[in-house]
Order: sequence, then structure tokens, then C-alpha cells
Amino acid sequence: MSNQMVDLNRVGAKGAIAEAAEGKWGMVIDRDLCTGCQACVAACAMENNLSFVGEEDAGYGRAQHWIRIERLWEGEYPEVKMDGGFQPMLCQQCGHAPCEPVCPVFATPHSEAEQINLQVYNRCIGTRYCANNCPYQVRSFNWRDYHIQPFHANLVNGQLVFPLHNQFNPDVTVRRRGVMEKCTFCIQRIHSAQDKAKSEGREVEDGEFTTACAQACPASAITFGRMDSHESLVSQLAHLNRGEQHLAELNTLPRVTYLKEG
Amino acid sequence: MAVVSKHYSGVGKAHEAPHEEEHDPREQLMYDPLPRGVMNDMVMESMTTTSWKFWAVFGVLSVLVAVCFFYAWGFMISEGLYIAGVMRPAYWGVFLVNTVFWIGISHAGTFISAILRVFKAEFRRPFTRAAELMTTFGLIQAGASIFMHMGRVWLFYWMLPVPNARQLWPNFHSPLMWDLLAITTYVLGSTMYLFLPLIPDLAMARDRSTGWRKTFFKVLALGFRGTEGEWRHLTTAMNIFAFAIIPVMFSVHTIVSWDFAMAMRPGWSSSVFGPYFVVGALHSGMGAVAVVLVIMRATMKHMDYFIRKEHFDGLGKLMMIVSFAYAYFFFNDYIVQWYGGDKWTDLLLHWLEEGPMAWMFYLLILFNIVIPFLTLWNKKIRTTPWLLALIGTLINVGMYYERYLIVPVMLTINRMPFTWKLYFPRVEVFLTIGTFSLFIWLYMLASRLIPLIPVWEVQEGQMVHSLRKVGKTQVPTVSEFE
Repeated sequence: MSNQMVDLNRVGAKGAIAEAAEGKWGMVIDRDLCTGCQACVAACAMENNLSFVGEEDAGYGRAQHWIRIERLWEGEYPEVKMDGGFQPMLCQQCGHAPCEPVCPVFATPHSEAEQINLQVYNRCIGTRYCANNCPYQVRSFNWRDYHIQPFHANLVNGQLVFPLHNQFNPDVTVRRRGVMEKCTFCIQRIHSAQDKAKSEGREVEDGEFTTACAQACPASAITFGRMDSHESLVSQLAHLNRGEQHLAELNTLPRVTYLKEG
Repeated sequence: MAVVSKHYSGVGKAHEAPHEEEHDPREQLMYDPLPRGVMNDMVMESMTTTSWKFWAVFGVLSVLVAVCFFYAWGFMISEGLYIAGVMRPAYWGVFLVNTVFWIGISHAGTFISAILRVFKAEFRRPFTRAAELMTTFGLIQAGASIFMHMGRVWLFYWMLPVPNARQLWPNFHSPLMWDLLAITTYVLGSTMYLFLPLIPDLAMARDRSTGWRKTFFKVLALGFRGTEGEWRHLTTAMNIFAFAIIPVMFSVHTIVSWDFAMAMRPGWSSSVFGPYFVVGALHSGMGAVAVVLVIMRATMKHMDYFIRKEHFDGLGKLMMIVSFAYAYFFFNDYIVQWYGGDKWTDLLLHWLEEGPMAWMFYLLILFNIVIPFLTLWNKKIRTTPWLLALIGTLINVGMYYERYLIVPVMLTINRMPFTWKLYFPRVEVFLTIGTFSLFIWLYMLASRLIPLIPVWEVQEGQMVHSLRKVGKTQVPTVSEFE
């Protein structure tokens, strides 16, 4: 499939492109297998140049995570009952996304080629409407230029050095303050796999590459791959009886399927 | 319309009327005419007489504007939004509360000057300008608050449909785009509508002033001399604007409400938000007009001639009627959502009723509904300026609470319980003080530069109202307008 340009001025009625229930790329998260170890969170941060926001801002609700592990429980301490265990939550790459039509400057377009939601950092003006309208609350905003703050650095001989800058992924933009960001299904990996496949004159095969979170998961709770092929592992897992989509009643057509525990 | 005209009812009552002490028609501005020259001089004097108290308040406000508005905002632009209190569930905070609040305030001007003009409510005459100024200055604060809210405000022009290298229009599917268009239309329309009735008064001021003021008025009066043709054109233009601005006024706040109602969120997704917000805007606007009138009357020279008990009485009645309408929409909004029984809406309503911000919810009902209901039916309370100003202030506090509940507090409850978190404003407090200071500052400046009383409108009204003697009683009469 070629990377055709999307004419954003000609998209569907609500500005979002409604697709078939199954997209191109998809993910399955098995909540039975998830141990809540947060390896995916760390791997995602490394892969996608997420900022370290410091203790204070993270505690205040500004942590920059494109995937987070939600612990859900019932009752008040100490009468606490774990309810549903751990729930990794990331952008569901909705086929019919609420975040897309509300952006006044088309910073949240839909990719017809990849069938995922994009975020164009240098077009974003920071109205934060997309984040309000996201029922999954998975968008994070750059409240300041976190990556150049002193808490991002070490003090060496009276000078600030930024060791974390050395591990930036060159394929991913470092976002400045005032723009929104979110999980991209590691679109840089999708693109490099596609480029490689194209140069060899074939389609990308399932399992040829995976996202950073799926790669890092020690329990293999996260599976990523082609949803449009029925042989792929992710597609077969998604059609298990245990499969459910989060907030499916909102008709957002999520591309992430959760496997219920038990 | 909700306009009770005292003059007409007075005619009928003249026969029964045992309460003579209230009945002297000369208590009403329209039946208490002064010669034109005297009235013009009074207005000029109220504009030029400035006491040291004025400058003291003006100085304090200037400092507040410089520090809390320009410095705080500049600091936030250069440092980033982290100095504000907004965070994950509450991506929108006090900045948008202020935006909605100031747009609400700005509705009073249009309502009083356009709707009351179209319906020929006579008591509006002396304070149309004071209300229209609130529209313009309120919209300045609303616009500034939107820009404060943006993450990259220096790129705001990306929302404008200008040719660009990306060959993209702005996204007309976005409610924020509709908002931009509606507010821009309203700013332009209401500013022109403020200016048109101002022209004859500017010409009057030009003929009665010297020095820099004369130059100032000369430029602004556009060479108006008061000929028949000029008046005809002016009246036509004002009529067009008076009718055209009314649908704009209703659309603006409806569209502001759609910023919320179009979103897929518990509490926000409500089809009654449009009229609910319009009525809420009128509620706070009427209250604010009452406060401004009381302050004007207390501080400016000769204002007790122009602004009288009858005006407070009329405004008080309007405030009461609007509060009835507000109560209707308030309960409509909440009861329908509560009865629906949606899980998330239920959680949200319980959070409003029992959560840490419940005090705001109950004070909102008290200030916006209970207090106006319990007080404004009483004529004595309506015509006591300080009481009316107090009620107006309480209504505005209540309306501010309402917007605060709708924006950051309702944002707390979403469909991801893991992210629930209560919002507290940080630098927003200073910037809110800044916008309020700038509003009052602009208003005080305007009171020195332009006539706050539309003299020609008052004079026009007094010309058609007259007292006729029928036997021994004087009967107030009104002749037809052309």
C-alpha cells in the first residue's frame, strides 16, 4: 500500500475517517499475563524520547507516558480488593476517533495508509481539546520544555550535563513545550519495516517487527501485528472469546483488544 | 418581551391610585426634562471632573494590570503552561472559566441596548452605553483568556483561514473554529454597534471641548453635524445593527457552549447547553450592569439625575425574570442527566453533590436562584442601589462558580477512574485578577474619554414623553416614535 496523501479538507462528516471495524495494525493485551512490571512504560519512554518530568510534576498528573499501567481496586485502604488487576492503557488508535474532529488546525489527522491516529507536533497550537475529548485519557501535554530542565541533568564540575540526551532516538522528534503527544504505535518502526519491505519488493510480514512496549514485555502480554490478515497471531488472539474492547459502547472502533482475565 | 413599562401602566392607574407618594411622574427621567444645553454640560462635566480618588484607584489598577496581566502572562509564555494548575484530567482550567464568564458579561450590553431598543423599552435610554462598553471590554478579556489558555499562543494565526504552505484550511469541523468565527463576528459587530450611537455624542463633546480632547473627539466624530440626512443614515445603520446583533449574540454563547456540549464527556454532552449558557450569560450580564450602574451613580458627577430608582427597578425585574429562566434550564440540565442513569453521569453528579467542590454547587444554587427569588420581588429591595449591587455581585459569583464546576470540576470525572484528580488554580489566580483589573481599568479610562450617558437618546426620549393636564391631574403621555 502506497503512502498516499490524505486530503484533510475532504475527510468525512465529522472530520474523522470512519473505517472498517478492523484496522491495519492492531494490538492485543492479555490482562491475565500482565504483571504490572512497567517494563513497557520504560521501553516506550526510551523509544519515543519521552521527557522525564520530575517528581513534582509527575505527582501532579503531568507524567509523560504514552502507555501507563492502571491499577484498579475497590474499597478504601486497608479493605482493598484488586479489581481486574493491571490494565495497560495506551492510545487505542480509534478507527473513529473523538480526538480527530475537534482540533482546529488539523494537528490530529487520521492516516489512511496506516489506519492509525497521527499527531503532528509542529502543527499543534496547544488548545488541548483532543485530550479532553479522548475517552481513554491517553494524551499527554508538554507543559514545559522538560528535556532541558535541570532535573533532567547531572551537575558535573559546576556544569549541567544531560546524559539522557545521548540516548534520544534519532527517528523521533523531541517535542517542545505547548504541544500534545500520544502513542503512535511506534510509527517509526512501521515506516522502517515498510521501507525495507518495499526495497525487497514485498509486503510487510506479520511479526517482522513489533512496538517497543510489546518487545519489552517479559510476560509477552502485549502482541502487535497485522490485523488485516487472519493468520497473524494478533488477529487470532483478538478473536478469542476473552477479547473485549475498552469503552466499545462509544463506537470509537479501538485497534487495541484486551483479553479479560480468567 | 419581559419589559415592564412603567409609563403606560401609569396612565391607567391615575384613576384608582391612592398611593400618591409613589406617583409623581417627575420621578422618571423621561418626564423630568432639562434644557439641552444644561444636560450636555452635565455630561461633559461628569467626564472631565476627576478627583484624586479616581487616580488612586486607577494607579492601583494600573499596577495590577502590569503585574498580574502582562508580567504574569509574559512569564507564562516564556516558561510554559506548567506554572498554571492544569494537568491530566483537567486539561482546561480557569482560563476557559474566565473566557466563558467574560463572554457572559458581554451579553448584557447587547441585550440591553439591542433587544430593549428593538422592543422600545424606554427605561434603557440612559444606560445603553454603559452596557455596550461592558460588551466590548468583556470580550477583550474573553479573547485574552483564550490566548492565555493556548499552549503555543504565538501560533494563534494558524487558526485563521490564511493561505499557507501546507495548503490547509483550518478545520471547520472543530467547535473551536466555530468559536473563533463567532467571537470575532461578535467583537466586530458589537464594537461597531457601540460606535454608531456614540457618534452624535462625540460630535456634541467636540463642540464643547478644547485642546487635545477637541482633536480626539473631532477625529472620532467623523465630521458629524446633525443634519437631517446624517441622522437618517445613522438611524438606518443603528436599526440594521440592532436587529443583526441579536442573532449573533445568541449564536455566540450557544457556540461557546458547544465547545463543551459537542465533546464526548459525561456532564458536558448535553443538548440543553446552548440555551442554558445563553440564559446564564444574561443572568451574569444583568447582575454586572446593575453593579456598574450603582458604582457609576455613586462616583460620577450628575449621574443621580440620569440613573434613577426607576432604572434599578426595571433592571431588578429583568434580573428576576432571567433568574427564573436560569432556574428552568439549570434543573432541566441536571434532572434529565440524573434521570438518565448513565453510570459515568451518575458518578459525576455524586461528585458534584458530595465531593470536595460540593460547597460550590450549593452556593451556586443559593446565589443564582434562591437569593434572586427571595429578594427581587420586593420593590424596596430593587430600588435600593447597594442591595441591588450586592445581589448582582452574588449572581456573578454564582455564575462564576457555575462555569468553574462545568470546566475543571466536571473534567475531573472521566471514563478512566485511574486518572481522576482534582484541579487547583495556580498562576490562574493572578491572571484572573489581571483580567478583572484590566476590565475595570479600561472602563475607568473610557469614563474619562467618552460620554457614558447617551445624551441624544435621553433627549430624544424626553421629547416624545410629556405630561398633559387633564382636569386637575397631570397625565404622562407618550407620542409615537418615527
